[in-house]
Amino acid sequence: MRYSISSLVKQAFRGHSGWPEAFRHPEPAKHYDVVIVGGGGHGLATAYYLAKNHEITNVAVLERGWIGSGNVGRNTTIVRSNYLLNSEIPLLEWSLKLWEGLSEELNYNVMFSQRGVLDIFHTDGQRDEAVRRGNAMIVNGVDAVMLDRKQVLDMMPLVDENNGRYPVLGGLLQPRAGNARHDAVAWGYARAADRMGADIIQNCEVTGFCRGPNGEVTGVETNRGQISAGKVAVAVAGHTSQVMGMVGMKLPCESHTLQAFVSEAVKPCVNTVATFGVGHLYISQSDKGGLVFGGMVDGYNSYTQRGNLPIVEDVAEAMMMFMPALGRVRLLRHWAGVVDMTMDGSPFICKTPLENLYLNGGWNYTGFKAIPGAAWCFAHTVANGAPHKFNAPFHLDRFAEGRPVDATGGGPFPNHH
Amino acid sequence: MRIPCPLCGARPLEEFVYRGDATVTRPEEGAPMEEWVSYVYLRNNPKGAHREHWRHVAGCGSWLIVDRNTLTHEITRVAEVRPSGDAR
Ligand SMILES: Cc1cc2nc3c(=O)[nH]c(=O)nc-3n(C[C@H](O)[C@H](O)[C@H](O)COP(=O)(O)OP(=O)(O)OC[C@H]3O[C@@H](n4cnc5c(N)ncnc54)[C@H](O)[C@@H]3O)c2cc1C
Ligand SMILES: [Zn+2]
Repeated sequence: MRYSISSLVKQAFRGHSGWPEAFRHPEPAKHYDVVIVGGGGHGLATAYYLAKNHEITNVAVLERGWIGSGNVGRNTTIVRSNYLLNSEIPLLEWSLKLWEGLSEELNYNVMFSQRGVLDIFHTDGQRDEAVRRGNAMIVNGVDAVMLDRKQVLDMMPLVDENNGRYPVLGGLLQPRAGNARHDAVAWGYARAADRMGADIIQNCEVTGFCRGPNGEVTGVETNRGQISAGKVAVAVAGHTSQVMGMVGMKLPCESHTLQAFVSEAVKPCVNTVATFGVGHLYISQSDKGGLVFGGMVDGYNSYTQRGNLPIVEDVAEAMMMFMPALGRVRLLRHWAGVVDMTMDGSPFICKTPLENLYLNGGWNYTGFKAIPGAAWCFAHTVANGAPHKFNAPFHLDRFAEGRPVDATGGGPFPNHH
Repeated sequence: MRIPCPLCGARPLEEFVYRGDATVTRPEEGAPMEEWVSYVYLRNNPKGAHREHWRHVAGCGSWLIVDRNTLTHEITRVAEVRPSGDAR
């Protein structure tokens, strides 16, 4: 069924009892042209772009839990392309362009809201850095606007204007950035891929790979039996090391815990996505009124999907410095996801050294915004056996070649980016 | 999460900093490039038992080797790094 105003009116008269399921729940077939491992945002979107751009429709997405159970349903939904390096901006800007037409394209409301992302700065050094980043964006055709102190305070009336130690000096705004509804992105891509023929198979965990006589990958072992495949595309986020470890590959990557927080609903008071330049803190407000915010990763290897208290304290402290009026707002929910932190803070979207095996992963805490653009490029890479120019820098050999894509200049540490 | 420092007793997480996998060792000088790439960048990243380096910065300052489970956060062994093979 196509969602439209007339289907909505019809269903309203039937008490919304006649909506069909958004996608099928098929049994796995014996063979697919492409098997995608992981039903997160990247896996589902890859299935969609394989069908839409490359006419590859004999595709399965294998998800060990339910779709949306991973980071695609746990993130704070910031979508932006305010990056620094010429090697990363084209990919993220292409992704943002796809976001701008996504609801229409998928016939599913992903509630993409271009409310802007505002990075506030508090020192002269940070201002220089913001100017440099803004110029890098503009040179690459991305929108960037410098705001002065008054413009920032007009936009964000709750920001403490009397902080003497860290005065607000201004901010770098990307007006076309914003946020979206995370679950809708998973469900929208799943439904669109399903309608073009892909099988979305939940409760199907990949436990190993099948190999041919020359070591090439010929399929996967799962808890629901063996499935043969022309090509296998892995997109398992926090479990990238685990799944690639099944073929003996060791990656420049560690799995860490990242927490997020939502407050009780309050009246509209934050109308953009703002970041605090002093502590590690970012904040936006959901349509229901909850303040959505988060900070740094916990900082040690973990697969627990739950965080520890030092980060809670750290984020709360930053909030009290940034917007002290929120000190009496109560926390409603708080959770964590397992993020795949790489040694340069950038992802892998590439062929692997093994024939027929492709990898999309290493998303750190920034992979939600990249879902449309990276999956578009990943589908291109899988279909053609070679990368698109937007994802060409994001291959596994860049570390050995001395070409990391390290925007912070943080060096080879997986928890600093 | 609390880490039982052998010198100070069980102390809260915020007193420690994390360095990472304690099983990677620095190659000999003149080792082939792949060994250096592996040392600097590649990690086993296990789901389960992990041997790792922590430093008790806001306590005694010692470097520690901690055996911790990355799936449960359970800590089974903590030892000081000694200037033996362990410290490399
Ligand atoms: C708290 C938090 C906040 C974040 N905030 C932002 C943000 O504001 N903006 C942004 O751009 N990004 C953000 N991110 C990052 C973003 O959510 C991730 O980078 C992105 O969702 C990862 O890609 P994915 O959606 O494909 O991953 P996932 O949804 O995690 O999908 C991977 C899937 O693979 C499955 N899987 C794993 N192993 C197997 C197996 N063996 N067999 C079958 N399936 C398997 C998992 O069950 C999972 O469903 C945030 C992340 C977290 C945790
Ligand atoms: Zn101590």
